Amino acid sequence: MEAWWLLLVKSVGLVLLLFLIFAYLMLFERKFLGFFQLRHGPNRTGPWGLLQPFADAVKLVFKEDIIPASADRLIYRLAPMISLFVALAAYVVIPVAPSSGSFRWGIADPNAGLLLLLAILSLGVYGIALGGWASQGKYTLLGALRSTAQAISYELAMAMSLVGVLILAGSVRLDDIVAAQARVPFIVLQPVGALIFLICIVAETNRAPFDLPEGETELVGGYHTEYSGLRFAMYYMAEYINMIVMASLLTHLYLGGWHGPLLPPVVWFALKVAAVLFLFIWLRATLPRFRYDRLMSFGWKVLLPLAALNLLVTAAVVVLA
Amino acid sequence: MVLFFLLGSLMAVAGASGVVVARKPVHGVIGMILNFLGLALLYVSLQAEFLAVVQIIVYAGAVMVLFLFVVALLTAHAKPPAMGPSPLRGQGWRAGLVAVLLLTALLPVGVVVPGRAEPWEGDFGGVVRFGQELLTTHLLAFEALALVLMVAVIGVVILVGRPPQRRRGARGEGGS
Repeated sequence: MEAWWLLLVKSVGLVLLLFLIFAYLMLFERKFLGFFQLRHGPNRTGPWGLLQPFADAVKLVFKEDIIPASADRLIYRLAPMISLFVALAAYVVIPVAPSSGSFRWGIADPNAGLLLLLAILSLGVYGIALGGWASQGKYTLLGALRSTAQAISYELAMAMSLVGVLILAGSVRLDDIVAAQARVPFIVLQPVGALIFLICIVAETNRAPFDLPEGETELVGGYHTEYSGLRFAMYYMAEYINMIVMASLLTHLYLGGWHGPLLPPVVWFALKVAAVLFLFIWLRATLPRFRYDRLMSFGWKVLLPLAALNLLVTAAVVVLA
Repeated sequence: MVLFFLLGSLMAVAGASGVVVARKPVHGVIGMILNFLGLALLYVSLQAEFLAVVQIIVYAGAVMVLFLFVVALLTAHAKPPAMGPSPLRGQGWRAGLVAVLLLTALLPVGVVVPGRAEPWEGDFGGVVRFGQELLTTHLLAFEALALVLMVAVIGVVILVGRPPQRRRGARGEGGS
């Protein structure tokens, strides 16, 4: 156990870092989307548009905070906080580099690491469901129900595909899982599992091509239609920080975590996470949106059986070999 | 660990009273979630790490989401249902009386058996030990439970699932 003040400093540092990464992730997403579509993207605020996130932040802070007259005020206020809290809390159990000596990089290192992470992530649904319900609108309620159904459906396949990794590593501690990939990253041994996991995390974070909850053409803005100002920003932050969490998780579980030649572990970890995040943006720029019934039947009838099969085969090979 | 216990029991009690007091069903669901989170903290204070995590994943993460789903769909409008005169007269003070009697009966037990204040030691609640026990000593019960759950799931599918429809014309429902 470390001193409480060190934990406090680490926690505050982590939150600030995640906010900073979120701000620039959004800028880079807009930039890259621009390049993909042969435009410039934001380029007026500061050199190369680098001050754009701060301009956005100032704009959102000074926007009027609107609460619909018919809304359930308590839950309306609570819901975005739940979303953001869950997204931030998830990063507590993710280590970014091996601990050397007395200094630990992560904040917590529970033995049930990955399970705890799944538990925290499974609470994220409430932010969406409650926000959509509390706004008391047809579109928000429908959007909330849709995205909740989507999230819990894909969570199942995601957890199932993870078990293959757990069998190979023989542990649920993220440190141990990364250590088990010192020679071969699990993406080589578990290509199907890695693919399922990638698809599921894109769906879990409600990103294109699975961004049904905010299908503008049919549902306006989905569950956060009524939100404005800082509360809207909280939902946005939660979405992007969730992306960072999921990208880090993918890196740890399948891409070998911080292992890599020459460069220090933290740098390798950051590079891999950045690559996965770029993949997220690339997918958004490339793929059209799914239709809702296709999305659900794809999750239940293709991904889940495939994940189960992957698990069976992995278990059989591990036992027999 | 005492801190965990205090926090956990406070959360659990607050959540439970929230469920009872709340007029709107959705508020009740939130109280229930708070209660479950408090219970998970209590498990942590008893070294039952795995149980705590499973408590959150299964109850707070899955069961209550379904509750919320149903409640949010049924009460799409936030107004609480109109309360008519209660069909049971004077139930409030009778229930209160019984509760007071129950608590006074329980109080001596708490005084006589003070319980242990020092934390439990060992890793018996950790993932590794728990899994080993589950899949060696209690394998039969584990498998039997899995079978029972499976039967329940199949029953649900039979009850809820639509009977296979014969093809009707060109505009029949495709897919699902």
